[in-house]
Amino acid sequence: MMRSFTLPGFPDAMPLEGLAGGILIGLAAAIMLLGAGRIAGVSGITARAVGLSESSMPRISAWLFVIGLPLGALAIAYATGGLPANFASPLYLAIAGLIVGVGTRLGSGCTSGHGVCGMSRLSQRSIVATLTFMATGFATVAAMNALGIEVLP
Amino acid sequence: MMNRIIIPLLSGVIFGAGLALGGMTDPARVRGFLDLFGDWDPTLAFVMGGAVIVMAIAWVVQKQLVHPVFAESFALPGTQDLNPKLIGGAGLFGIGWAIAGLCPGPGIAALVIEPASAAIFIVAMLAGMALVRMTEKN
Repeated sequence: MMRSFTLPGFPDAMPLEGLAGGILIGLAAAIMLLGAGRIAGVSGITARAVGLSESSMPRISAWLFVIGLPLGALAIAYATGGLPANFASPLYLAIAGLIVGVGTRLGSGCTSGHGVCGMSRLSQRSIVATLTFMATGFATVAAMNALGIEVLP
Repeated sequence: MMNRIIIPLLSGVIFGAGLALGGMTDPARVRGFLDLFGDWDPTLAFVMGGAVIVMAIAWVVQKQLVHPVFAESFALPGTQDLNPKLIGGAGLFGIGWAIAGLCPGPGIAALVIEPASAAIFIVAMLAGMALVRMTEKN
């Protein structure tokens, strides 16, 4: 991807692409809120799509949102000539996925529902949830680094 | 039609495009952000910041609306109820997020970027969700 601007001290960061991507995510969540009156929380909508949640969202709507995610990513992949992808091995992906599935249901949300939709609403629940998963995320990577566990290629 | 079909699909497509454009479909970039005490990559903070700013404006607009543009009423969660389940669940989610550098949105969006890896993550995530569902039903 073309990099138009770099952050002093962080040569690998993509601040402009990040900000542009974030604005798109915000627009997507705003369309869902103002158009359909719902929170664009990926974990909750995914659970609803597969029938693991009692939310009032029609399942067809949940499926369409979920299917839209890879379609949007595909458009960017074409427009930019391919996206970098460094994925963990199947074992780590499976362990991580399982924990993410349990955690997002118990915690009623993930980075989108709590981090984007809830924090911007100054929801006490979402602010606490976001600070918590950021903290355990930082601690987990730090602990894995200290133990010499490398998961990405 | 708008409420059930067009809005969710449009929102999903734009959401997925934003994740990909912001580099969030690459687990190395997400893990780079979570590597706060190492070789830190602040990109995710820009993604989150951009999204939160736009949504903060949307919430101001929302307060002016009697009902959503294409629906009869808002269906929104409460904002105050703090409990151990919320905090424990969020804590667990952070651990899983950090292990592979994937949360639900990027995991699903990555189906078109690295299908096999994304599929493993998604199936395991659904299994985790089903596990919670089973324990809560009993």
